[in-house]
Amino acid sequence: MSSKPRIVITGLGLTAPNGNTLAEFRANLLAGKARIAEIDVRHMGRHPAGVCDFDTTKWQKRKEIRNGTRVGSISIYCAREALGDAGLAWDQIDKSRVGVYLGITEHGNVETENEIHNISQFGNDTKYWTHHHNPRTVANNPAGEVTMNLGITGPHYTIGAACAAGNAGLIQAAQMLQLGEVDFAFAGGVSESIHTFGIFAGFKNQGALAQHADPNQASRPFDKERNGIVISEGGAIYVLERLDDALARGARIIAEIAGWCINSDATDAVLPNPERQTECVRLALARAGMAPNDIHIVSTHATATALGDIQECTALRAVFAGCPDTRINNTKSFIGHCMGAAGALELAGNLPSFMDGWVHPTINIKDIDPECALPGLVVNLPVKVDKVTAILNNSFGMLGINSALIVKKYGVA
Amino acid sequence: MTKEDIKQVVLDIIADIAPDENLTSVKPEVRLRDQLSLDSMDFLDIVMELRKKHGIEVPEADYVQLASLDSCAEYLLPKFLAKGAK
Repeated sequence: MSSKPRIVITGLGLTAPNGNTLAEFRANLLAGKARIAEIDVRHMGRHPAGVCDFDTTKWQKRKEIRNGTRVGSISIYCAREALGDAGLAWDQIDKSRVGVYLGITEHGNVETENEIHNISQFGNDTKYWTHHHNPRTVANNPAGEVTMNLGITGPHYTIGAACAAGNAGLIQAAQMLQLGEVDFAFAGGVSESIHTFGIFAGFKNQGALAQHADPNQASRPFDKERNGIVISEGGAIYVLERLDDALARGARIIAEIAGWCINSDATDAVLPNPERQTECVRLALARAGMAPNDIHIVSTHATATALGDIQECTALRAVFAGCPDTRINNTKSFIGHCMGAAGALELAGNLPSFMDGWVHPTINIKDIDPECALPGLVVNLPVKVDKVTAILNNSFGMLGINSALIVKKYGVA
Repeated sequence: MTKEDIKQVVLDIIADIAPDENLTSVKPEVRLRDQLSLDSMDFLDIVMELRKKHGIEVPEADYVQLASLDSCAEYLLPKFLAKGAK
């Protein structure tokens, strides 16, 4: 990728179940603080879930909130926070040169389920079906709501990539910047999935929905007692731009996008394929011009399913055997699985390591599964390391989509 | 039920669908669109809420009758009375 423009991150906004700013999120990751609630899921009773508590009225009028979607509100909050973080003189920006690229796992389930429930109160007469249904459920909804809120007239769309979507949004933005399609991009991933019972029921009937008496211990990747996924909502949106542009405006550069890969298993709809995951990580490394030992943190995708965690560990062993400087962690143990937001949020929580040298752990490990006992795994407590200059962010999803994104500290050769 | 009651019914609906609006000084004789930030989707919301909350149907050809609070009251009162409202 050396002949193409270099792409950097210059802003970031997020909402996670345990933090509505990067500082709060990071502090909780280093302090080992999970924040999982227990919610009433329609038709299903109470289940653990990651719930965000950002102030929806900070950047939206109440009518916007009413007419839009939950994921639209998440997206607007994250984009607005990212804009402030990037220090952009927004009034002077050509809005036609700004793009919005948001990864989603799914969209429309929440609104469709709500309307089916609504008309069931009226004898299933469709004349009671809301006229807001279509603008709320079109697949570009969250990105489109951001453009309307911010007056952006450049391209916007979502990238449907199952649970690899957070990385996919960032990769799409980097590619569009390299092509010169836009000058600034708002990119990342978002999810409102806790508001659809279908996701819960689907995972439960697949034997992949987490249960635990203490919600904060329900998400436990790599632990012997893990029993499935904690579904969460959230979002992380970054401001991306070309390095030369960022330098010209004197931007603070948070990190540089170094390399990436998205590939496909082509084997099974739900079971991951470690061989393809290995290939994905290796190709991302090759594109970044890095060797495995150049990676100081691997942010795993592991969701706490019985097989999925082992499969990812198999892939990581294949690539990172003999890499004593590579630390491995996991964020879902704190916040559950934020679906389309997962990859983008999990990267965000690790970015401060470039500055402070701390690596946050994966928590909730009481008895580690020997098949997941990777040498570099940071268990339950954070570790301080000599340096962190490159992070590999794994995100995988159903239908066999794999993504690996590598970011590096700016200014490091 | 009186015309004033009908105006309050409509104002209550508008309070739900346009929660940022100040409804304390809405002029009944002035078109709602000329004094509030309401668009065509909002008027569809008014039609929907009349249907859901009060069982009142407003055919598309009659949407113009919902232009102001006065015209709403004039148009909707017979419909409410026909539904047995007192």
